[in-house]
Amino acid sequence: MCAVALLFASPFYILVVMSLKPSPEVFTTSPLVPSLNPDFTNFVTVFTADAGGAGMGSALLSSVIITVVSVLILILFGSLCAYAIARRSGRLSNALYLLFVIGIIVPFQLSIIPLYVVFRPLGLIGTYLGMIILWVGVLMPLVVFLYTGFVRSLPRDYEEAAKIDGAGAIRTYWNIVFPLLRPVTGTVAILAGLFIWNDFFVSLIFLGGSRVQTLPVAIYGFVGEFVSQWNFVFAAVIIAILPIAIFFIIAQRQFIKGFAGGIRG
Amino acid sequence: MTTQSHSAADTPRPTVSPFRSRTRSRKPWWASKSVPWLFAVPGVLVIIVLRYLPSVAGGVFAFTDWDGLSPDVNFVGVDNFQTVFSNPITADAVWHTLVLGFVFVLIVNIVGLLLALALHRALRTRNILRAIFFLPFALSQLATAFVWQFIFAYDGPLNTILGAVGLEGLQKAWLGDPTLAMPSVIVVMVWQYAGLAMIIYLAGLEGIPEEIHDAASVDGAGPVREFWNVTLPLLAPAITISLTLTLIFGLGAFDQILGLTNGGPVNATQTIATQVWQQTFVYSNFAQGTALAVVFTAIVTLFAVIQLVVLRIREERLLK
Repeated sequence: MCAVALLFASPFYILVVMSLKPSPEVFTTSPLVPSLNPDFTNFVTVFTADAGGAGMGSALLSSVIITVVSVLILILFGSLCAYAIARRSGRLSNALYLLFVIGIIVPFQLSIIPLYVVFRPLGLIGTYLGMIILWVGVLMPLVVFLYTGFVRSLPRDYEEAAKIDGAGAIRTYWNIVFPLLRPVTGTVAILAGLFIWNDFFVSLIFLGGSRVQTLPVAIYGFVGEFVSQWNFVFAAVIIAILPIAIFFIIAQRQFIKGFAGGIRG
Repeated sequence: MTTQSHSAADTPRPTVSPFRSRTRSRKPWWASKSVPWLFAVPGVLVIIVLRYLPSVAGGVFAFTDWDGLSPDVNFVGVDNFQTVFSNPITADAVWHTLVLGFVFVLIVNIVGLLLALALHRALRTRNILRAIFFLPFALSQLATAFVWQFIFAYDGPLNTILGAVGLEGLQKAWLGDPTLAMPSVIVVMVWQYAGLAMIIYLAGLEGIPEEIHDAASVDGAGPVREFWNVTLPLLAPAITISLTLTLIFGLGAFDQILGLTNGGPVNATQTIATQVWQQTFVYSNFAQGTALAVVFTAIVTLFAVIQLVVLRIREERLLK
């Protein structure tokens, strides 16, 4: 088992070893042997270099802005919508629930080309706003689905107590329901955040060649720029994956638990 | 809006007294006792405007000759689909997508299940091993594919190791040979998604009560029979979820291809997703791009529905 785990981890070993190699050693030494003179300037070069519009530093910022704002909007709109669908009954509630479930099954790729055609005259291509709108649309079905399942399993006692105390719908939602949703909010944040942060397909289409680039788009440009200069390429790869890797290592249990909760839900 | 939502909410419920219902209807919506439909409005608007309308528009585009810009649009019937299937690059891409999807799903689920079975019993090293296997899934698929591009390079680590252990005959241009490129892509995808399948199967294994295993061994079932007749049937829900998710990832393969081969060599690794991107956004061929996207939607929806229906039926039969 440990041998299999080592095999799985070996690409990360190669990644780190190569990213620290000084340029002259890249082709003269074995890729498996760490350099005796590790060179951290690869990271500085990559962080400040400007490949096709955006450097890794600005790409990191773009990824953070787009991911955080999209996830916050998804949590707010999605939990409100699911709360209404789960607590109301009848035909409208069932129809709306079905609307979101179908939205999960039908792939979003088909909607991307028409959205591109509409976004272009509106000046939304290559902007934060455009990407945030896209992500809210792409992931809303999954988010509403996860929240609805969770709200349905919640007892109504607290909400009813709040109503007896005279709290309105908004206060009941914000002070009572939303805090109770914390486990599923964690799952939503992890699933949606991971999806947006790592996406390449949508980001390449809407951000390719623009000043605003997320990390995967910037990495793609970098590899074209530094052909076969693996030490630079891998330094860029490490910058791109490090935030998620650190988050994963710190919050490993919650991360996997939240993930398993999402797929079981 | 508000009065509408009120009457809809109040009619099916028996009112306690006419007095109470009158006071309620005078209250503004935010003091309503049931959750107002207004809460659902942003989410519903988002899914209709950003998912349903564009998907329908895409479906219509696919039957026209629109280039995405000019006001000149003509209805051309199924011409775009004929072009897709007569152009060898796009027709092969459809075929590659199906082969990649099925081979990948099969292998990744076997590997994921084996990892889960091995980890389920390992108590001390479990968390660290689980983290190692899951990590590739959490990281950017494009970024990690570049590491594999280097590993598979002719002068890269894989061939270096093969040479060092005296297997020079196995040294290959892994990504440069049209027959080896797709299997290499599948290897990378299995590495990236095996942890996902493993987590799903681990969650399924945890849901099986220990007494069932005890009962099976009391009845004299060996480990193999116990696995086939007890564990596997009880894992049916996890199998459904894992097969569905990995199939969606497999059919949509894009990042790995652009990171490893860019669709080459000689288009041997083009998939529908890479062709939708290339035809539409590199060649500005909107009509063919949307037709391909419609083919993709049809394939994914068809398989997702078949898989869910078949596996649900099997699940129910097995659990009876």
